[in-house]
Amino acid sequence: MSGGTATSTTATAAARRSLLSRMTLYHLLLFFALLLAWHFLVQLTILPAFFFGEPIKVFAQIWRWFAGGTIYGHLGVTLLETLLAFFIGLVIGVAGGLWLGLSRNAAFLLDPYIKALNAMPRVILGPIFVVWFGLGILSKVMLGVTLVFCIVFFNVFQGVREVSPNILANARMLGASNRQLLRSVYLPSATSWVFSSLHTSVGMAFVGAVIGEYLGSVKGVGYLILQAESVFDINSVFAGIIVLTLFALVLDACVGAIEKRLMVWRPVAQ
Amino acid sequence: MSLAPRSGEPALALKEIGCTFGAYRAVESTTLLVADGEFVSVVGPTGCGKSTLLNVAAGLLAPTTGAVEVFGSPLVGLNRMAGYLFQADALFPWRTALSNVMAGLQFLGIHDTEARRRAWEWLERVGLGGHGDKYPHQLSGGMRKRTALAQTLIMDPKILLMDEPFSALDIQTRQLMENELLELWSADRKSVVFITHDIEEAISLSDRVVVLSAGPATRPIGEFKVDLPRPRDVAEIRLTQRFLELHNDIWHAMRDEVLKAYANARALAEART
Repeated sequence: MSGGTATSTTATAAARRSLLSRMTLYHLLLFFALLLAWHFLVQLTILPAFFFGEPIKVFAQIWRWFAGGTIYGHLGVTLLETLLAFFIGLVIGVAGGLWLGLSRNAAFLLDPYIKALNAMPRVILGPIFVVWFGLGILSKVMLGVTLVFCIVFFNVFQGVREVSPNILANARMLGASNRQLLRSVYLPSATSWVFSSLHTSVGMAFVGAVIGEYLGSVKGVGYLILQAESVFDINSVFAGIIVLTLFALVLDACVGAIEKRLMVWRPVAQ
Repeated sequence: MSLAPRSGEPALALKEIGCTFGAYRAVESTTLLVADGEFVSVVGPTGCGKSTLLNVAAGLLAPTTGAVEVFGSPLVGLNRMAGYLFQADALFPWRTALSNVMAGLQFLGIHDTEARRRAWEWLERVGLGGHGDKYPHQLSGGMRKRTALAQTLIMDPKILLMDEPFSALDIQTRQLMENELLELWSADRKSVVFITHDIEEAISLSDRVVVLSAGPATRPIGEFKVDLPRPRDVAEIRLTQRFLELHNDIWHAMRDEVLKAYANARALAEART
């Protein structure tokens, strides 16, 4: 959809609005239908409540967490881990991507390691990080950093290598020094690639934090789930999963808003 | 613009230039002299190494053999006397039109307020007064070309290198741009090397038209002085008798080369299948 053309009349805008509100209605209907199905399948013992929980008790648990205030500390820790992992991973990823993107020799030397790092399931580093950095926040942040770094690194690396040769030549003819090329051409170009991967990298920082907590921790939403699981409190496990999902959605919406502000120069996708 | 008499040295001298890429000889012993203030067009069939020659003049590409001189001194590294207008879009997509025009001044270390003031002037001069805060993707093809022109001319280069700059524009926009280019050029008479494959464009703009042979081993095969009066209107001048004569002469010189280039391309396509 291109939108925003002068020809778009108020009639089509109104039609689109009504379509949008109808879709929201359908979304809600589907959501409640699924909840009802879950409820009755468990009530009629078609699904065992021991494994699948009961929606009413799940929401009661969520309510208790928020009303009692116990959840906020855990959410805060998970958020802190996510943000730290994201920003540290971002900085190291951009620096590494720029360096290897610009230095052919370094890229050539490190190529096998980069390939290995890309291929390995990096979540598996979690247990090692717990041993190295303990049960505190650091092991979770490091796991998140590893995940974020890889995404950002590969995007910046690609971005630097695919800077338009025309734009580069133009900047050089306009008198840009190597430093100015880095600042005025490579960095903005790499930034656009970083932004295209922003949703994934924030998501990965979140995954790192939660998995890290789940592997061993003393605080955080992952810890809550771990605790509930160890006493077979399946309702609290589901409650934790739902809280995490909502949290991830809010995070993603924030990223979307920031992206929209910073990427005004980008043409709208056709 | 200084009123001092022009020196005898050519602004740009490409002497016996040869360019080889691997086993492929793109350009062979080409000599091209451009006088101070002269507008020279280089025409030739597609793929004949015109852009290669321009990149050599810009210092973006070192020739395999031969030498480049700029106002009498040998060229080392980039040609700091030259501005380059590229065929493809080369604006910074993440900068607004105004910011694009400012770029060169910022690279020189000129203060932002001063750079912005001068960039506004140039945007006005190319007719984009109200479009400074738009990003390149929000501008039409013609407006992007104007921005690129302002971006290059704000640096006040003594030599202007242009690589088919208007080839992507529709014919009306193109003639408008050509007239504007002539007007800007007549204000301070830079030396221009204008690459094109369009004979009409070459004649209507230039003082001299150089015809290149088809590749490989491109070299000049003809040179035509354009003795049409200035100032010119590119649309009107096409209707004059002298223009048609020149067009005829140049086309005769070029026709065999175009056919050769076409045969080469077809042979290559057949060899691939």
